[in-house]
Amino acid sequence: MSEVRYTDQHEWVSLDGDTATVGITKHAAEQLGDVVFVEVPEAGRKVGAGGEAAVVESVKAASDVYAPVGGEVVEGNKALADEPAKVNADPEGDGWFFKLKGVSKDEFAKLMTKAQYDEFVKGL
Amino acid sequence: MRYLPLTPDDRAAMLAKIGAPNIDALFRDVPKSAVVARSVFDLPDTQGELTVERALSKMAAKSRAAGSLPFFCGAGAYKHHVPSAVDHLIQRSEFLTSYTPYQPEIAQGTLQYLFEFQTQVALLTGMEVANASLYDGSTATAEGVLMAQRITKRPKAILSGGLHPHYAETVETVAGLSGTVTRSPVTPGKAEDIIALIDDQTACVVVQSPDVFGLIRNLKPIADAAHAKGALLIAVVTEIVSLGLIEPPGAQGADIVAAEGQSLGVGLNFGGPYVGLFATREKYLRNMPGRLCGETTDAAGKRGYVLTLSTREQHIRREKATSNICTNSGLCCLAFTIHLSLLGEEGFSRLARANHARASALADRLADVKGVSLVTESFFNEFTLKLSKPAASVVDALAEKGIVAGVPASRLMPHDKEARDLLIVAATETNTDEDCDAFVHALAELL
Amino acid sequence: MTMNNQGRPTSSGSVNENEMPTISGDRGLQHEVSLIFELGRPGMTGVDLPQVQMTDKRLGGLRRKGPVGLPGLSEPEVIRHYVRLSQLNYSIDAGLYPLGSCTMKHNPRLNEKMARLPGFADVHPLAPQQTVQGAFEAVGELMKWLTTLTGMPAVAMSPKAGAHGELCGLLTIRAAIEARGEKRNRILVPSSAHGTNPATAAVAGFVVDEVPATEDGHVDADALEAKLGPDVAAIMLTNPNTCGLFEPRIKEMADAVHKAGAYFYCDGANFNAIAGRVRPGDLGVDAMHINLHKTFSTPHGGGGPGAGPVVLSAALAPFAPLPLLVHDGNEFRMIEHADEATDGAKPFGRMCAFHGQMGMFSRALTYMMSHGADGIRQASEDAVLSANYILASLKDVMSAPFGEGPCMHEALFDDSFLEGTGVTTLDFAKAMIDEGYHPMTMYFPLVVHGAMLIEPTESESKESLDRFIHVLRTMALEAKAGQTARFDGAPRLAPRRRLDETAAARKPILRWKPKELPQAAE
Repeated sequence: MSEVRYTDQHEWVSLDGDTATVGITKHAAEQLGDVVFVEVPEAGRKVGAGGEAAVVESVKAASDVYAPVGGEVVEGNKALADEPAKVNADPEGDGWFFKLKGVSKDEFAKLMTKAQYDEFVKGL
Repeated sequence: MRYLPLTPDDRAAMLAKIGAPNIDALFRDVPKSAVVARSVFDLPDTQGELTVERALSKMAAKSRAAGSLPFFCGAGAYKHHVPSAVDHLIQRSEFLTSYTPYQPEIAQGTLQYLFEFQTQVALLTGMEVANASLYDGSTATAEGVLMAQRITKRPKAILSGGLHPHYAETVETVAGLSGTVTRSPVTPGKAEDIIALIDDQTACVVVQSPDVFGLIRNLKPIADAAHAKGALLIAVVTEIVSLGLIEPPGAQGADIVAAEGQSLGVGLNFGGPYVGLFATREKYLRNMPGRLCGETTDAAGKRGYVLTLSTREQHIRREKATSNICTNSGLCCLAFTIHLSLLGEEGFSRLARANHARASALADRLADVKGVSLVTESFFNEFTLKLSKPAASVVDALAEKGIVAGVPASRLMPHDKEARDLLIVAATETNTDEDCDAFVHALAELL
Repeated sequence: MTMNNQGRPTSSGSVNENEMPTISGDRGLQHEVSLIFELGRPGMTGVDLPQVQMTDKRLGGLRRKGPVGLPGLSEPEVIRHYVRLSQLNYSIDAGLYPLGSCTMKHNPRLNEKMARLPGFADVHPLAPQQTVQGAFEAVGELMKWLTTLTGMPAVAMSPKAGAHGELCGLLTIRAAIEARGEKRNRILVPSSAHGTNPATAAVAGFVVDEVPATEDGHVDADALEAKLGPDVAAIMLTNPNTCGLFEPRIKEMADAVHKAGAYFYCDGANFNAIAGRVRPGDLGVDAMHINLHKTFSTPHGGGGPGAGPVVLSAALAPFAPLPLLVHDGNEFRMIEHADEATDGAKPFGRMCAFHGQMGMFSRALTYMMSHGADGIRQASEDAVLSANYILASLKDVMSAPFGEGPCMHEALFDDSFLEGTGVTTLDFAKAMIDEGYHPMTMYFPLVVHGAMLIEPTESESKESLDRFIHVLRTMALEAKAGQTARFDGAPRLAPRRRLDETAAARKPILRWKPKELPQAAE
């Protein structure tokens, strides 16, 4: 059973062993509107915590998606190329962006829990 | 003043509503020292239409219009006949005075003609997709180079020696910032060994056909060589009418086509405004600069059109945009698409044939003149002659006689010794037998 | 991820049309228009050209193998097609465009007549220079108007549009810095700037550093000055700024910038507020592009063409790009190569082929000569007066973040007044379409939420302004009273309902395709 944490940049990350899956939160997807295009990183790319990892576009906006923790990209979600709408339909499940390996449990532990993130969003 | 509808009473009433004593109060934030009196400007007062028209007509009369004498200039801008319906239609209020179609519900006129224009450009160039125009052929070429650098992630652009020097200089201005630009030597009318310059740092090879001397280039071998090294071929076309008779760049393996559409609908305009055509492969769509118009449906299920893929553009991506471009060529785009719609397949084909036939016949007659030889063996409507005297002085002398004989190559390449005797001559469907007779006789007398 | 307040509904939803359907699908004067490719017949043409004999021995073996694929139509069919298309468009001739930062003023018809004089329109940029002196004279005359109105010594004429002018200005600055033997790669840009500013800075090879705005809508001058340093090449400011306000500390900022060895680039999009009254040169500007299609009435043409000549200070003038128009006492000459440049000119290169947007020059010159310096000053005053009149008339029912005023030529509102109504800025704008108005600029500048930027220009009569104000007041009051019917699914009365922009972006269809599409060669 993997654990999920959140960032104040509205990404979620779930950890399974030392492989992390990253996406954007439901709140972020709602703010973005209909997603029309996603650019995911290629396998092998190394990203640091807070580094730009992906781009998500709606009609009127383009947003950078950051890596919540550092690691090496295992794969980007190729299904999003044909069906970017998955990000709106299931942002915290099917609409995942990329997977990382070699992530630090400590970096992960520093991130917000669901309860903390929900509070954070309320305060925005 | 005829363009200002507010009356003194209106202004007084408006100031009263605002609660300001006078207009100066509204400029309160402007430092007093920065406000100047009208007298500071050494410029005239308001003038009526009659006065302005007289002054400008007098000024304009000091130019010799291309249509008023035998005229043979090309080198990137061509004189063609524009059917009267074109100018009439582009002056309709709804085309002339409308804004960019950001509110598509009330701009379907603009959006649909852009969609048709994009289709025409794709068909002409033999490419999969085209945008809604850039400023002109030269900036389109520069944008093509930047796009190739982005796609290949390589810095080097190789420019053919046959590329119009103004285009090459434009590319150097922007592409030099993000990479390197190598110019292949100029070899008028002769084969160019550009393939030898392609390496694994090359983002793109830029080849113009017909080139600045008028020579038709075979793009396929260059495309193959570029692709073998992972580079792109950018084909440049400055005379779009040539695509009525010559194999389009898309059929020869071009990855990007940057072209000048001025020949259709736009007129000479002393260099601008013109219309840049830009086309590419569908797989490079998201890397393309400029506006794009796409088909969709409205809430009632009707077919309609919208600007799309705007997230590439400056107003959204800001510093990460594919380009900083804001406008397209709007009205020039419209003139182009109307002219081409009037021509249709049959008219466009006849136009291209008429151009080639006229230029071919003239080239034969000029090459027969003593002291003249033809440098470009294959060409569309523009060719280069080698003269026994410096071409610039020949052009000046013929201008005195009321003949505009073409563009001396030295005007574009002042440092090239070989270029000094070269004259670039264009002949289109607008040149008559009398024009050509006058040119041939005057040149024979001079040399 | 970076959050933004730009994400807004872009699918269209669907509606039930209750109106009586017609047989043809057309409705009165409003026609549905097929694509030109869906019309026409083979062999038909709207241009009669003779069939000529020719051989193809001179085509290098590259004669076109197949047809282009163009439709053939007669002249009446073509004219009908485009006239019907035109009837689907809104235009300034037909109605007010309250578009902030666009300056949609009247396009005088004399401009069109003068632009078509053969001595301006039918001359070739590379014709022998002695044969085109009339065209050169017109360009020279326009240069005189531009430099005099702005109080700057020089102007670069070749940029093809405002954004192109911005690039020209930044490249001139880059050249000036390199000539000093320095390397500076940071450019300061306000958060309220138009998107072309940071985009241009990036294209010009600079790194963009954003300067925040203060609570009262101005650039934070203190923050700006704190960011100056030996690696800053320039600041890019718009003045009046994109909130419609004159920057009161502009001279102080310019002085600080110069002291730090940097240059002041001014985006001239809002020049219409101050033309004839304030000279950017007096404010310390080093380079400013002028949008001839905004301030000087050249037509917007559905999106272009524009022109963006750049006025330059004495410090930057030597680096203006090729070509350079000079007068040697006898006649005009165009200098087209760097080594022909005289008087210490060191052009950085070329922005584009040939020498500029002559067609826009002749129109702008006609406008300037018609107005005169007094008319230009009056136009700026009327533009500012009209914007303030709108602000004063609407700020009690709509929310104006800087409503104490005065504003310059445009008035900024935000969507606070719509809070809790369920009506967004987008809905409000689309409902304006049903009222016969093009919406104002929406969601720009980014520094306020749900921005609505209104610029009436000097071309509106008081009666026109009063009608506009009445409509917006009524709409705002209705929204606040919970009467939101007119906003739901607006627009209803335009040739098209809301369009599905989401689908257009997810599965782009960018051209008509024939049944057999020739594949682009590998």
